[in-house]
Amino acid sequence: MPESENLVEVRGLKKWFPVQKSFIERLVTRQRQFVHAVDGIDIDIRRGEVFGLAGESGSGKTTTGRLILRLEEPTDGNIVFDGVNLASLSKEEMRRMRKRMQVIFQDPLASMNPRMKTGDAIGHSLVIFDEARGEEKRRRVLEMMERVGLTPAHVLYNKYPHQLSGGQRQRAVIARALILHPDLIVADEPIAMADVSVRALLLDLMLQLKQDFNLTYLFITHDLATAKYICDRIAIMYLGRIVEMGRLTDVYRHALHPYTQALLAAVPVPDPRFRRTAAMPRGEIPNPINPPTGCRFHPRCPAAQEECTKVEPELREVQKDHFVACHHDTM
Amino acid sequence: MNERVLEISNLRIDYPTRAGIVRAVDDVSLTVYSGEVLGLVGESGCGKSTLGMAILRLLRPPGKIVGGKIIFDGQNLLELSEEEMRRLRGARISTVFQDPMTCLNPLQRISDHFLETIRTHGSQDKHEARRLAAQLIDRLGIRAERLDDYPHQFSGGMRQRVMIGLALALNADLIIADEPTTSLDVIVEAQFLDLLRDLQQQFKLTIILITHNIGVVAELADRVAVMYAGKLVELAEALPLFDTPLHPYTRGLLSSVPNISLTEDRLQIMSGSPPDLINPPPGCRFHPRCPRAMERCRVEEPLFKEVELGHWTACWLYEK
Ligand SMILES: Nc1ncnc2c1ncn2[C@@H]1O[C@H](COP(=O)(O)OP(=O)(O)OP(=O)(O)O)[C@@H](O)[C@H]1O
Ligand SMILES: Nc1ncnc2c1ncn2[C@@H]1O[C@H](COP(=O)(O)OP(=O)(O)OP(=O)(O)O)[C@@H](O)[C@H]1O
Ligand SMILES: [Mg+2]
Ligand SMILES: [Mg+2]
Repeated sequence: MPESENLVEVRGLKKWFPVQKSFIERLVTRQRQFVHAVDGIDIDIRRGEVFGLAGESGSGKTTTGRLILRLEEPTDGNIVFDGVNLASLSKEEMRRMRKRMQVIFQDPLASMNPRMKTGDAIGHSLVIFDEARGEEKRRRVLEMMERVGLTPAHVLYNKYPHQLSGGQRQRAVIARALILHPDLIVADEPIAMADVSVRALLLDLMLQLKQDFNLTYLFITHDLATAKYICDRIAIMYLGRIVEMGRLTDVYRHALHPYTQALLAAVPVPDPRFRRTAAMPRGEIPNPINPPTGCRFHPRCPAAQEECTKVEPELREVQKDHFVACHHDTM
Repeated sequence: MNERVLEISNLRIDYPTRAGIVRAVDDVSLTVYSGEVLGLVGESGCGKSTLGMAILRLLRPPGKIVGGKIIFDGQNLLELSEEEMRRLRGARISTVFQDPMTCLNPLQRISDHFLETIRTHGSQDKHEARRLAAQLIDRLGIRAERLDDYPHQFSGGMRQRVMIGLALALNADLIIADEPTTSLDVIVEAQFLDLLRDLQQQFKLTIILITHNIGVVAELADRVAVMYAGKLVELAEALPLFDTPLHPYTRGLLSSVPNISLTEDRLQIMSGSPPDLINPPPGCRFHPRCPRAMERCRVEEPLFKEVELGHWTACWLYEK
């Protein structure tokens, strides 16, 4: 069978978290309530691309990433990784599959064991997956440290996370994610905590490593300006749904969904001559427990009409590889 | 130029820690003029918040002001008693922090916050105060019926607007806003910045805007001060600072900021990372990362000088 163009295919993916209630509350309201964190999304991530997932806080980006890595059980829907439906795998098969997908989190310090030396932390999964130990492990770790610019590697190998600078820590986390040569990296706000002057460096490094190791990235960010420098395609999330998706250049130049347009217009521009002219949508993101009926954006949408309050728009392809979920004749 | 609201000269602030003395602010001089927004930018840990908190004399321990002066309304704040300072903070210098919950009383309704502020500082009668509060809230874009909510019922963006509203009610001479939009999502941030700009222009507010977000500074600031490792490295009006930055750090910083509206698809890369403030590099603190460092930069510290009219920098490149 020929290899599919897609490394990851997500269909109808949902994650509803039950709302924790006190005993009394449960007696009073019988009905269980759910946070609709991810509420029916379809995504294809192509081999070798950087697929961006953007949206405001609480829109469901991290949950989507965790679902794809199977760190979270979906409420509904399927994830196919390299032709294999992850739901069909046994625990052991899933464990082996997980070697091929790694994650980089926002806060490198929080994701590193404070009592483990940097080199050992980077090589930890080599030991866990029984790939290398002792001298062999050390050799592979040092090599990876060189590749991500954690130098002098033999010195930094023995340092603890708190002895590294922010930029070095983030490199260590990247090295740790790469040590098993995965196919997919889920990078959840990987540079959000880094110093401004170090961010460009990390972005560049991530792109270089993608080349070197034939990686595919799911790049999660709330910062559309950063996404511009790394993503090939991008999906915009709002309250658990994808409202727009396509090649980054298409989405940025001809945003079709009013929410995407607002998000793009809201990004502060580092130029004092620039003045934002677009009016911002009213209010803030509503509660994901009872998302609005119809189009979830309709209460804030400047162009909302009757239909938008009743019927939830489907994500449809309106131009080649450019999808939007909006009732308006956006073309 | 306008009247001077605040004059900081040769300010030094240390945090003595077990690992050594952190020189968080080192010989900083800065003037703030009435009716201006002065942006204070720099990367994490360069001393922005320390400088802001020092003006209020609210440094977190073990922070200590070890030198310099802060002149506000003709008096050196560093010589005031704790009691005098407390009155000043409540009445003439206002703050907006990243987390507004630190300043709002969780047990008090939003309306009570306004009423208390208005009545303490404006001495209006109850009805008049209530009317004023409603007017203010409306100006902030918050519906009047929400006045009786408690702070936790407000979203982050609404709380930030309340903080600005309270500063207005106070009619403060100076507002120190430390990362006011950092915890807000972009759309809410844009709403807040739009509101802040309107109010600033209408009421001629004087604001020190502390942020690491260059975009936010570009939107609001009339003048911009750039800090690096506890030092002021550049100060100018916004346009010349963005158009013709002098200090190599400012240049690097500005060209490494992602800009959504430009077409180029690569960012400039600055090598290295900010130094440790316990043992900062000798000479110019930026020299280990500076693409134009000369021999002199490694040993001798450059003075902060006015290189062009109103455009200051601390860099040996501009030594005549
Ligand atoms: N384990 C959980 N239990 C209950 N609710 C959760 C859980 N994890 C996430 N949520 C909720 O699901 C929604 C989506 O959260 P998620 O973290 O995926 O958003 P996000 O887009 O990553 O936001 P951010 O930009 O703040 O990281 C939020 O309303 C969040 O509160
Ligand atoms: N209470 C403290 N004890 C010891 N050191 C401190 C303390 N507070 C701040 N510092 C140090 O002082 C320096 C300046 O800190 P400050 O918080 O002023 O920086 P900042 O520019 O506001 O950074 P950020 O952008 O992260 O808010 C830093 O190196 C910091 O580690
Ligand atoms: Mg997240
Ligand atoms: Mg700060």
